[in-house]
Amino acid sequence: MAPKGFIGFAIRKVSGAVLTIFIIICFNFVLFRLVPGDPVRMMFGDPRVSPERIREMYEQFGLSGTLWEQFTAYLRQLFLYGDLGQSFARGAPVLEVIADRIPQTVILVLTALIIAVITGTMLGAIAGWKTGTRFDSIIITLSLGMYAIPAFALGIIALLIFAFYLGIFPLGGMETVQSGLTGWSYWKDVLWHMSLPILAIVVWYIGEYVIVTRNAMQDTLDQDYILAARAKGLKGSAILRRHALRNAILPVVTITGVNVAFAVAGVIQVEAVFRWPGLGRLMYESVMRRDYPVLQGLFLLFGLAVVLANLTVDLIYGYIDPRIKVGGGE
Amino acid sequence: MSKLLKGLRSIREVFRLLLTHRMGIVGIVVFAVLIFFTIFAPFLHTVDPMRAGVGADVLQPPSSQFWLGTDHLARDVWSQTIYGARVALLVGFVAAAVTVGIGTLIGLIAGYFGGLLGEVLMRITDFFLMLPYLPLMIVLAAVLGPSIGNIILVVIIVYWPFTTRVIRSQVLSIKKRAFVEASRSVGASHSLLIFGEILPNVVPLICAQAVVMVTWAIYAEAVLAFLGLGDPTTISWGMMLNFVFERGLITMAPWWVIPPIVCICATILAFTFLGNAVSDIMKPGYREARGL
Repeated sequence: MAPKGFIGFAIRKVSGAVLTIFIIICFNFVLFRLVPGDPVRMMFGDPRVSPERIREMYEQFGLSGTLWEQFTAYLRQLFLYGDLGQSFARGAPVLEVIADRIPQTVILVLTALIIAVITGTMLGAIAGWKTGTRFDSIIITLSLGMYAIPAFALGIIALLIFAFYLGIFPLGGMETVQSGLTGWSYWKDVLWHMSLPILAIVVWYIGEYVIVTRNAMQDTLDQDYILAARAKGLKGSAILRRHALRNAILPVVTITGVNVAFAVAGVIQVEAVFRWPGLGRLMYESVMRRDYPVLQGLFLLFGLAVVLANLTVDLIYGYIDPRIKVGGGE
Repeated sequence: MSKLLKGLRSIREVFRLLLTHRMGIVGIVVFAVLIFFTIFAPFLHTVDPMRAGVGADVLQPPSSQFWLGTDHLARDVWSQTIYGARVALLVGFVAAAVTVGIGTLIGLIAGYFGGLLGEVLMRITDFFLMLPYLPLMIVLAAVLGPSIGNIILVVIIVYWPFTTRVIRSQVLSIKKRAFVEASRSVGASHSLLIFGEILPNVVPLICAQAVVMVTWAIYAEAVLAFLGLGDPTTISWGMMLNFVFERGLITMAPWWVIPPIVCICATILAFTFLGNAVSDIMKPGYREARGL
């Protein structure tokens, strides 16, 4: 049974999210029309292209008719057929181009996230346990630093050290080209290519988990029941496991949900560095080729991911903690 | 006049306090080096960073002529590195100034007036905060076209709501304090209350925000330039890296990669440390704890 008032709270949150997504969709439409010059002429500037073909192009990219006609056609295509338009550079539907890249990005982000959460909370808990020691201050300074440096810079540093100077990892890509590997050895090859991108994302992402867990640990250690637990003769590691980590779980879930935008930013940069064939690399390639329909589709997808993740966190919180509903959206 | 003097004195005071903070010192030193590069760039064994050289000089390793080697167009990497500081500081400071200005103004209005106006302003702010910031910057920069001015514009569009949020919540709490109520009760106008009573009390927060925004703006320029959205008429550290990666030259010319990476990391770390130091020294009790 949901707590009292939760249904109303949930409806408010969901409708807010739906509205946000709709505004993103409209924003996407406007943005694309802001392109200086004529995108079709820019892509197909060749004077030998016949006027009929040009007219066809306008039709194909949804650029014919008045702005209002274009807008309603755009919405109809999107909502009725899930159609995001046609890629300029790839001659395929945007949806197809994007769908092709989703699994690679999901694998990368999920693996990196799991490693970052586990090691980050461990390091943070230890740092919090040893507050004020040298270990603590080194961990905290490093966390702040890693968190601040752009992910692409971390990626390039990892690439220089481990791929270029030490030569133990490949320079990029997802698999050895034309290796003909199958089965287990193929996946081993993929894992080998994945190591450096994952390292870069983990290093970038870990700092926040370290800091959050450290603060939760410090809060816990100030509580009376910890004193009681110590008096009972409970060992440090047991206090850490039973109380501190449990306290840190909610903030860890929250930052994971709230920071999807942050994760997206990291994965775009790292995929660009390592030529990892995911969504981030697709965004980079589409920037290079000025493939606006694909950029538009990616922006919608990332926006959706961020809005849904935030909605999920809001709903979980509203369900667990009745105080939040009183404050409404705050 | 006396207000100006007081302002100057408080800036000197902030500076003095920063020098008692370890992270603050690191930040100030790197900042000083960047300013030195920016001002004295033409006198530091540099040539025009954009001028292509002769074929024989392409991708040369470091030498006495080219201190950090050359790139694929035989341009001097050392000169590019030094001149890159100009772009970083230009984007960082101009974008941060406008972002914090706009963000503060909207935050003051939304916090002070509340009601429907405040509600609408905060809805807009929250909408922008919700968007995935890097894809938004990439799409905007791609649509607007690559130039320094557009990068600055993109940074402003994406970052102002962060400042607005912070300023507004501070305004909400200051608004309720006794001295504001007192002013209001003697009939002070809205603008006097906002700019005379509330604004001076958010100045420390604005300073802290300004440092954060400089850091983020430099970061944004570096990322956008690395992704191929830099201004083609200048050279920045992010663009140097873009050239290397676009052409797959990283294994052939590591000397071309290391200087911009070092500069980007050092600059961003320095401003991050500076930001931490500024927010530390503004905490009540900082002086007492240090016996100052």
